[in-house]
Amino acid sequence: MDRHLLSINDLSASEAIQILNTASELSKISDGPMKKLPTLRGRTVVNLFFEDSTRTRISFESAAKRLSADVINFSAKGSSVSKGESLKDTAQTLQAMGADAVVIRHGASGAAQRLADSGWISASVINAGDGTHEHPTQALLDAYTIRSRFPDLRSNFNGLKVAIVGDILHSRVARSNVLLLTKLGAKVTIVAPPTLIPVGITDWDVDVSYDFDSAIKNVDVVMMLRVQSERMADSFFPSEREYSRGYGLDIARLNSLKDSTIVMHPGPMNRGLEISAESADSHKSVVLAQVSNGVLVRMAVLYQLLGGAAFSGEVSA
Amino acid sequence: MATVLDAGEIGRALKRIAHEIVEHNHGLENVVLLGIPTRGAFLGTRIANFLGEIAGPVPVGTIDITLHRDDLRLRPPRPLLPTNIPTSGIEGKDVVLVDDVLFSGRTIRAALDALGEIGRPRSVQLAVLVDRGHRELPIRADYVGKNIPTSALETVRVHLSEIDNEDSVEIMAGA
Repeated sequence: MDRHLLSINDLSASEAIQILNTASELSKISDGPMKKLPTLRGRTVVNLFFEDSTRTRISFESAAKRLSADVINFSAKGSSVSKGESLKDTAQTLQAMGADAVVIRHGASGAAQRLADSGWISASVINAGDGTHEHPTQALLDAYTIRSRFPDLRSNFNGLKVAIVGDILHSRVARSNVLLLTKLGAKVTIVAPPTLIPVGITDWDVDVSYDFDSAIKNVDVVMMLRVQSERMADSFFPSEREYSRGYGLDIARLNSLKDSTIVMHPGPMNRGLEISAESADSHKSVVLAQVSNGVLVRMAVLYQLLGGAAFSGEVSA
Repeated sequence: MATVLDAGEIGRALKRIAHEIVEHNHGLENVVLLGIPTRGAFLGTRIANFLGEIAGPVPVGTIDITLHRDDLRLRPPRPLLPTNIPTSGIEGKDVVLVDDVLFSGRTIRAALDALGEIGRPRSVQLAVLVDRGHRELPIRADYVGKNIPTSALETVRVHLSEIDNEDSVEIMAGA
């Protein structure tokens, strides 16, 4: 595996499965009273968050702590320094503090790549969401959650049918999931109003549908996405009510799913908009499993990146 | 390269270890076997099968020690191996750890730490197929298939039919 985790494209299918297998083994160890594992004792993990986050930051923090790493939370919210400058200054500070891994979330697509390629730091960089680009650990924890519900899937997802529904345009979760699920062999259908489908969709190995009701017949997984109002400068649909009627997972649509189908959502949920409260709380929903699996998968990623001999990275001033 | 144990000798050694476990623990009521993957796990299952013939069924599982190793930083990350703790658990049990070769003792130290994460056994015993000496920690085995004096430069290879197509123990000259 590469020294950084910036994109799902950094992983081969077998490396991704390796991470899922590591997470499975960690789940067996952490059944029952979870004590700290000594594996990353003396390593420092910095959570560098330029954007709001609850679950991802907490998830990375508890993953690092369960492996006995030291965790520094660096919330850069409110910084008004221009982006390139501040990222460099921050990176050099982190380098001086001796960070072994930097978990970065940033509103600009490509920020994690910039940090990794800059030569400012020798730490491993983990992308925890960059703009509308990628969120690889979310895709890995989603794949882990799917695999735990469909035990037939071991080293590939051949034959699995997945519908990813909603705000594809602004969703880094969707992009990372499409890359990972198709890499593992799943059949992915994108469902959204035309305004929320990215222009480059033809480059993705997916089917596109504008009709939610027909697209979710026979799928194994329905992955709902959050409508990202904070990234919407223009209006992409006439009203919330109309969006909800066309692309919200309400009780009628939930009941039309196969018995074995699971409903996923990366959170935070807009209840009543893209997903109704009944659907979010139904027995088909694996939303809470996604959260707890997130810690296991991030432990696996940290272990893969930091658990072995240190990389001898060159650092330029 | 010299073969020091053949298939028959390995079988007899494991059977003797099984008898010693029953004798030492006055039965099997409180005994749990935990093999250390990869080959210790197979040996644990084999000893459990012998115990089944001699004295009755005994819980058997595996415990991976990778996350507790003290040499993680010396090599690239290693894949984790399966941990399967029997449903009876290890709390208050007499746990017998099973491994193929006892050398520096560092694997067993890591295994003791891994056990500590799971519970508090009443006692921990150690069964190994081969004790080759050169301990770096104050650790000894309770049950030994064969003591093999070696030079620190030599390598001891254990082959088991479950993954290596044959049962044998060999000593190879050092690199």
